[in-house]
Parts: sequence; C-alpha cells; structure tokens
Amino acid sequence: MPTENGEVRRHTFAVLVENKFGVLGRITGLFSARGFNIESLSVAETEDPTVSRITLVTEGNALILEQVNKQLNRLIDVIKVTDLSEEAHVDRELVLIKVHAEAEQMRSEVLRLADIFRAKVVDVTPKTYVLEVTGDEGKIRAAINLLKPLGIKEVVRTGKIAIARGQRVL
Amino acid sequence: MQGADIFVESLRREGVDTLFGHPGGAILPINDALYRAGMRHFLTRHEQGAVHMAEGYARATGKPGVVLVTSGPGATNIVTGLTNAFMDSTPIVVFTGQVPTAAIGNDAFQEADIVGITHSCTKHNTLVRDVRELASTIKEAFYIASTGRPGPVLVDIPKDVSNGDCEFSYPESVNLRGYKPTVNGHAGQIRRAAEMIATAERPVFYAGGGVVLSGAHEELRQLGELTSIPVTNTLMGLGGFPGNHELAMGMLGMHGTATANLAMDQADLIVAIGARFDDRVTGNLDEFCVHAKFIQIDIDPSSIGKNVQVHLPIVGDVKYCLRQLLEMLRGVQKDWRTAHQDWLEQIAAWKVAHPLQYTQEPDGELMPQFVCEQIYEVTKGGAIITTEVGQHQMWAAQYYHFSQPRKWITSGGLGTMGYGFPAAIGAQVAYPDEVVIDIAGDGSFQMTSQELAMAVQYDLPVIVAILNNHSLGMVRQWQQFFYDGRYADTSLEVSPDYVKLAEAYGAVGLRATEPDEVRPILEEAIRLRRPVVIDFPVKMMENVFPMIPAGGSIKDMLLA
Repeated sequence: MPTENGEVRRHTFAVLVENKFGVLGRITGLFSARGFNIESLSVAETEDPTVSRITLVTEGNALILEQVNKQLNRLIDVIKVTDLSEEAHVDRELVLIKVHAEAEQMRSEVLRLADIFRAKVVDVTPKTYVLEVTGDEGKIRAAINLLKPLGIKEVVRTGKIAIARGQRVL
Repeated sequence: MQGADIFVESLRREGVDTLFGHPGGAILPINDALYRAGMRHFLTRHEQGAVHMAEGYARATGKPGVVLVTSGPGATNIVTGLTNAFMDSTPIVVFTGQVPTAAIGNDAFQEADIVGITHSCTKHNTLVRDVRELASTIKEAFYIASTGRPGPVLVDIPKDVSNGDCEFSYPESVNLRGYKPTVNGHAGQIRRAAEMIATAERPVFYAGGGVVLSGAHEELRQLGELTSIPVTNTLMGLGGFPGNHELAMGMLGMHGTATANLAMDQADLIVAIGARFDDRVTGNLDEFCVHAKFIQIDIDPSSIGKNVQVHLPIVGDVKYCLRQLLEMLRGVQKDWRTAHQDWLEQIAAWKVAHPLQYTQEPDGELMPQFVCEQIYEVTKGGAIITTEVGQHQMWAAQYYHFSQPRKWITSGGLGTMGYGFPAAIGAQVAYPDEVVIDIAGDGSFQMTSQELAMAVQYDLPVIVAILNNHSLGMVRQWQQFFYDGRYADTSLEVSPDYVKLAEAYGAVGLRATEPDEVRPILEEAIRLRRPVVIDFPVKMMENVFPMIPAGGSIKDMLLA
C-alpha cells in the first residue's frame, strides 16, 4: 500500500516530564536518533517541583508528527504529551533585542517601534537599546523585521511556550 | 546494610538466581557480595557475550536475564547486546559499575558516560546517585524490563553507592506515572476487528515476535483453527504457530516462503499480531500488499502506523487481545472452512508449486540446507536452536520447523553476528537438560568463540554446528547478485581448524564431510553431553532462496 505522507506542518507539543537529571538529554537524543527536527525548545519546572514542562516545536508530515508523539510517550520519564496544535491554545515567546541607535532620529524611531509592539526598554546606553518583546510568532517576526534596518546587534529568544485555552489543563 | 548487599538482596526479591558478567574495579564490591551470598555468577570472556547470554536466558525462559559488568570498557562493550535486546524486545537488566560519584565527569580511570551512551539503545536507564535509591531503582528496572513491550534496562552503580550504607527496605510495588502499559485491547476496536475478519475473503494472520513474548501461541492456534485463516510468521515469530500445521505458511519476507509472500500480496485483509512491518518483511512499501486492509495489534503504540498506514489499530497485550477476539469470533455464525475454501486451495497450490528446495550436489558435497534438515530430524524438532546472522540463519529458519515457542533464539532486528553462541549458553544455563544447538556460520562464530572457555568451565553441553563455507556467505551472495561477482572482503581463506580450536579449549571438536556422516555425528554430539563444536564444510557458493532483494516486491522474487 502507498505511504501517505501529506504536507509538512509545524506543531507545538507540551510535554510533562519527571524533573530529573538527564531527562532533557534523553528527549533531545530521541529527536536526533529518529531524525526529527526541533525548531524550538523551552523547559522549566512547573507548579509541581517534581514535574518539568517542555514546550517543543517540531515540523513534519502527519506520520512523523504521530511518531514524535508516540516516541515521546514511550520514554519512561515522560508523563504526558499533548499536541497543542490540535486544539485551541495560546503561545508566546519572549525576545530580547539589542539595537544599535546613536542618531537622534534613529533613537526616536526605535522607541516609536517599541511603543507599537508594546515592547519594554530594559536597558539603555547612548549607543544602544535593549528591547523586550513578548508575543506570538507573527508579532516577534514582525518586530524583528522592522527593527532589522535600524541595526539589530543581537537577538535572544526564549523559544515558544504554549498553554491550552479554556478550562483544560494538562 | 551495605549497598552491594542491598543489591544481592534486591535481586533475590526479584527471583534472580543467575547473573552473567565480567568483573572490574568499579563493580568489585558487588562481585564480592555475590560471592559471600553464594549467588550464581557466570564469568564470561567478553562483556558482549554476557549480554547475549542474558538474552538467550531471557528468550528461553521469559524471565529477565541479568548482566553485571564493570565501568568504562566493561560498560562500552555491552552496547551491541543492549541494542540487540532493544530491537528484539528482550527483557534484560544490566548493571554497570561506575567510578565514585565524586569522580564522575573528571575523566577518571575506566570512566564512561554509559547512561548517556545507552540512552537510545535501552528502554530505560538510570544512574544511581545515592545508596538510598538503589533498592527502588532495581525494583523499577525489573518492572520496566519485563512489562509492556519488554526491553533492556541499564542501572549504573557508582562504587561509593555499592560501598555505601543505608537501611534496606524493598518496595512492594512500582508506580511510575509516565509508564502505564495498556494490556486489554479497546473493546470497540476488537469488535470492529472481528467484523473485518468475518467479512474478509482472503485474510492472513501475520504473526510476529509479540506472540512469543506474550505467550499467545495457544490463542493464535485456536484463532487460526476457528477461522481457517492461514498464518505466516516473521523471523522473530517462528514457534508462535506450529510450523507443521496445515494453516502454516512458514516465514515471510526477504527470505520467506513463496507461499507466504504470495498470500500477503493477494490478501484482502492482513492481521498483524505483535509484528512491526519491518523493512525485511515489507520490501518496497508502495507495492506491499496493495489489495489489503490492515489490522495491527501491538502493545507498543509507536509500532503501529510507523511503516504502513493501519486501518484498524489495537493497542494491547497480544495474548489478551487475541482472547477478546476469540470470544467475539466464536459468536459469529459462519462456516469459515467453506467460506475460505478457495483461498486455502490457492495457498495449497502455491505450496505445491513453490516448495523450499535445494539441489544435492552429485559429488556429495555437503549442502547447508541438508545439515539443517538433519538437525531437525535428529532432534525431532524439540531442541532449542539459536543462530548467528547470515545465510545459515535463514536456512535454519526455513528448514527447522518450529512447533513450540521459546525454542528459537535469533538476532532479528539488529542482525548481530556472534549472537548465537553466547545466546545458546544462556539458554543452556536456564535449561541444563535440554539439547541446545547454535546453528552457526564460520564468520559469525569467530566473533564470540572465546566463550568456549566459559562453556567448558561450567560444563554446559552446548553444540555449535558450523555451516562452514569459508566466507561471509550472505554478503558474498549480495556481491554475486548485485555487485557483479566482485567478492570484496568476504573470503575467510584463513580460518582456524575448528576441531582443534574446540580441543584447545577443552571442548569436543567433530567434523562431517559426507552427507551420510551428518546424522551419526549429530547423534554423537547430543549423546556426549559436553560442549561440542561440529565443523560442517559446506558448498561455498550456495545461495539462500527465495529472495526478494532489498527494497523490492513480490514481482522481484528470485526462486533459484
């Protein structure tokens, strides 16, 4: 029978894991061993200190996304895997952007853009600003694109975090 | 209690009385505790052998095999065995010594990050960082190895943990929130499966190693007989259905019988039972079973839908799922025999048209298939047979008709040369009175032949039957077919005299060169009850048929 591959999609998984030594290595090892991609990865302790939550963005066709889910579930230290892209969810990313701005006109343009994106200025020198931008993927991309011509020196991203909408909890 | 004594006591609680291993500095406290406790430890001559012995023990008994090795090279030498056990879902628990916790990460003498190294080839692994966690970690290791889809679990024990001290208390049960294997199949899915089976015209049961692992051979036989549906076994599934049964079609796949592969190709329903659609079974996926719908029963959800799209998945233990299925199908009013008459006649016709066959050379040269047939006849199909990997493995699978589970021990997924001899030793340790025969190739045997010393030391009457073609036969066969006969690096023109090799170790060496010598020499080997190596010089250029070349389909099948 023919293999049904389908189109490549980007999905966001929420993975609850035991907050133990070496678990993250086990998960990233699984991705490299099976040839899956990691687009972004964010991990920290949850309200229960014995549990960590990983938000993982990966890309693949339906078959691969199903295998990502199943192979993660196969790990003993993985407590629960949820494909958030299959349901209504909110996702956010925090980015710190260091922009070079010396001329008065540039400095006011940076502040104007910061205002539009509701970014915070978290550090300022006569030659630079550091902006903190929070938002979904589209907003982050737009902010970076608009700031780029003004002279971005450095960008740091947390990677995406995501949570289901409504009353549902994982 | 000292950590090393906690180790021994924990193993006792798990019902373990046998370990295979090799000592070293970091694991010495535990070897010492085993010695003081009088627990049986078999000293192997290489750590790879220890793991394969534990695998052989586990596959013969169904109980987890246990391995004990030291840190560093002792640990890295077990990676092949772990990977083999992982691919074939064999339950083993492996304990490695580790340098003291304070030295970890300092590139200490004989330090290796074995937990990191074996992440991808174990079902689970753990570094014990505190002696107070030792007992519960051991409990969990045995639980994880032997439940769900079985597999290897590694526990890394630093020397200060085995030398440490704490109060001993062994947990009654295990509760892992991330590990809850599904046992019973979903009732609605089983009902739909029963409906699909009842309405199919040309159904096939495609039964894999999961049938053997879950002990579902009796359920499978009943299911076949109730529904008159023919059964094919994977390499790992042999023995899960009686090989001489009228519904048995033999092995399928690359070197499977023509009948099994033709039936798969023509089937309208394939019920995969504890089988995972390995590429050696499917060949080209685009041309695999184009007329069929698939039902797949497996305890591991990740095995379902991995290679082929399944119309009806059932997650659960094969034994329980087959019982549920049997119950539902017994309620179906149907004359199965009549309904499948045409299909069974077609299969019978294929069996007649395309039997497994070979040509006996007129000059009396030994044929490897003939030796396998003779082993089958002499042992009346009742021996435990292990193999290495290559041509001899396929001939053993084809010509020894397994009728019981756990009598066939081979390296399926990983294809590990050197597996069969230590695996045979492990099986013999488990069943000292049974006849255990490693059907070997000369190439494979040389990879772990040093374990002859162990077989002799512990008086284990394993028989190694070498089908000696003085070459790496399967690779040579591929060179003949696909590389225009350029035989690069496959000739074993310098080989030991296997009779003398056996004798050098204190084992018995025998040789048969004529067809009429084969049977008496096998009978003698069995009668001796000593470790025996039999050299069978066989026709060098003989090939394994049928053959569907890698990535091919039924239309590419070579019959001779």
